Amino acid sequence: MVDLKIDLNGLELKNPVMTASGTFGYGEEFMDFFDISCLGGVLVKGTTLEHREGNAYPRMAETPQGMLNAVGLQNKGVHYFVEHIYPRIKDYQTNMLVNVSGSTIEDYIATAEVVNELDNIPGIELNISCPNVKEGGMAFGTSCPSAVSVVEAVRKVYKKHLMVKLSPNVTNIAEIGAAVEGAGADSISLINTLLGMAIDAKTRKPLLSTITGGLSGPAVKPVALRMVWQVAQAVKVPIVGMGGIMNTTDAVEFMLAGASAVQVGTANFIDPCVTAKIVKGLEQYCSENGFDKVSDLVGAMEI
Amino acid sequence: MKKYIDDFKVIKNERLNHEYVILTLKHPGKLPAMLPGQFVEVRVDNGPNTFLRRPISIHDVDVEANTMKLLVQEIGEGTRLMGQLQEGDICNLVYPLGNSFSLPATNRVLLVGGGCGIAPLLLMGRHLKANGIKPQFLLGARSKDGLIALDAFQELGDVHMTTEDGSAGTKGYVIHHPVMRTQSPEIDHIYTCGPEAMMKVVAKYAKNHGIKCEVSLENSMACGFGACLCCVADTLDGHKCTCTDGPVFDSTYLKW
Repeated sequence: MVDLKIDLNGLELKNPVMTASGTFGYGEEFMDFFDISCLGGVLVKGTTLEHREGNAYPRMAETPQGMLNAVGLQNKGVHYFVEHIYPRIKDYQTNMLVNVSGSTIEDYIATAEVVNELDNIPGIELNISCPNVKEGGMAFGTSCPSAVSVVEAVRKVYKKHLMVKLSPNVTNIAEIGAAVEGAGADSISLINTLLGMAIDAKTRKPLLSTITGGLSGPAVKPVALRMVWQVAQAVKVPIVGMGGIMNTTDAVEFMLAGASAVQVGTANFIDPCVTAKIVKGLEQYCSENGFDKVSDLVGAMEI
Repeated sequence: MKKYIDDFKVIKNERLNHEYVILTLKHPGKLPAMLPGQFVEVRVDNGPNTFLRRPISIHDVDVEANTMKLLVQEIGEGTRLMGQLQEGDICNLVYPLGNSFSLPATNRVLLVGGGCGIAPLLLMGRHLKANGIKPQFLLGARSKDGLIALDAFQELGDVHMTTEDGSAGTKGYVIHHPVMRTQSPEIDHIYTCGPEAMMKVVAKYAKNHGIKCEVSLENSMACGFGACLCCVADTLDGHKCTCTDGPVFDSTYLKW
């Protein structure tokens, strides 16, 4: 019997498989396909203080082995979440974490304070890496001083697990990782999407209303894996790796690179049951390869 | 409605012309209920440029045989690969997705389809027939070759046609057909699916004549079930997902 449990710096996961924010709705959308209580955790849709309509259509473009999105944090705001969505999802038997985003530090603080009061939300993922909003978002995650300022500010008001999601659109991600660790992050998740764009040669127009958007899917996996490995060398807090994970093998690779847990994102659109399959697949991988505990895979790459 | 993910078997690939095929797919067990206007997300394997599923309207359903038909227009790599599916191939679907056309209040009904947009109108025609309503269909295409599956529509109601080159039916767009030129149309409810420009004209006509009009949108989407928020339509209540709040919308609800 393989032990699949992961201790994410005090946050207990029944297994390392989580879903990436913005790709799994509020979990409810997937309940027809499988029981999401089998997952280690669910990161619900990016939540802001105020209601946001997001960007204009078109917001998505398919690219080779991936996709660009420019949704722009469409959500009804944290108060709507508390009143209408939280009551529906609070009893799911998995870690329901809220992805928190904002335009200003004050937004982040106010949203985190509201979520802090929700008994069945054991943690937040601080999104300082959204490439699709005009203000805030990624701007906070691309320099050490601004990343530190927002993480420190939220750390003061948020008492539970604080995961910080990093942007890959930086020169030195290990520096940013070390900086947010110093500012009080309990764990670090990466990578958010890579800034990209697509043009239709026939119409000579951009495929996204915003011209640029965030690239995800298998196309980004080698970049993500490299960044997870680099950050793992630079910090002591656990890392949650993501970027193009489509199957068990991909998840194992991220753990070998140093991730204690993984998030599966774009793959949910193609196979809504993929995360449940990866949970089973990790158990099988461990038993076939002589690992009693899945946590023994973390950073176990042999050089 | 509960959503499923299943492997279907291709039992027929009927090529209609150089760009259209009708795939008949058989469910491994009992096909669940599916409503007119709903769609499926088709997994297309083996293409580096066909990463996401393809949303395709449900064209027809045979509950006795546990089969459904998809009308596929080959417009890109994904639909071209679908057009090459052979009898016996496996086709993985997430289904049934989206809302559906509503039933009309009277039996004075017109269904307007253009190009591949005729696809959901056949199942809606069957639904109407089952409810004792014989609708009129107005189907438009670029030329005669594009007017497809006419026999199936003719079994369900009166079929009017337009072609842009005049090779069949009335020359011009659907809006040029006499059924849409009259100042006092004997129509209370229009259902339309096709190119957006066509639907906008039809919706305007309906509004001008006080006719209820439901349109089926075809926005590009990733998931098909409300998780990605990519396929939004601009409505009176802001952005709404075409995949879950649609694909069928009352035309007056859209910011057109």
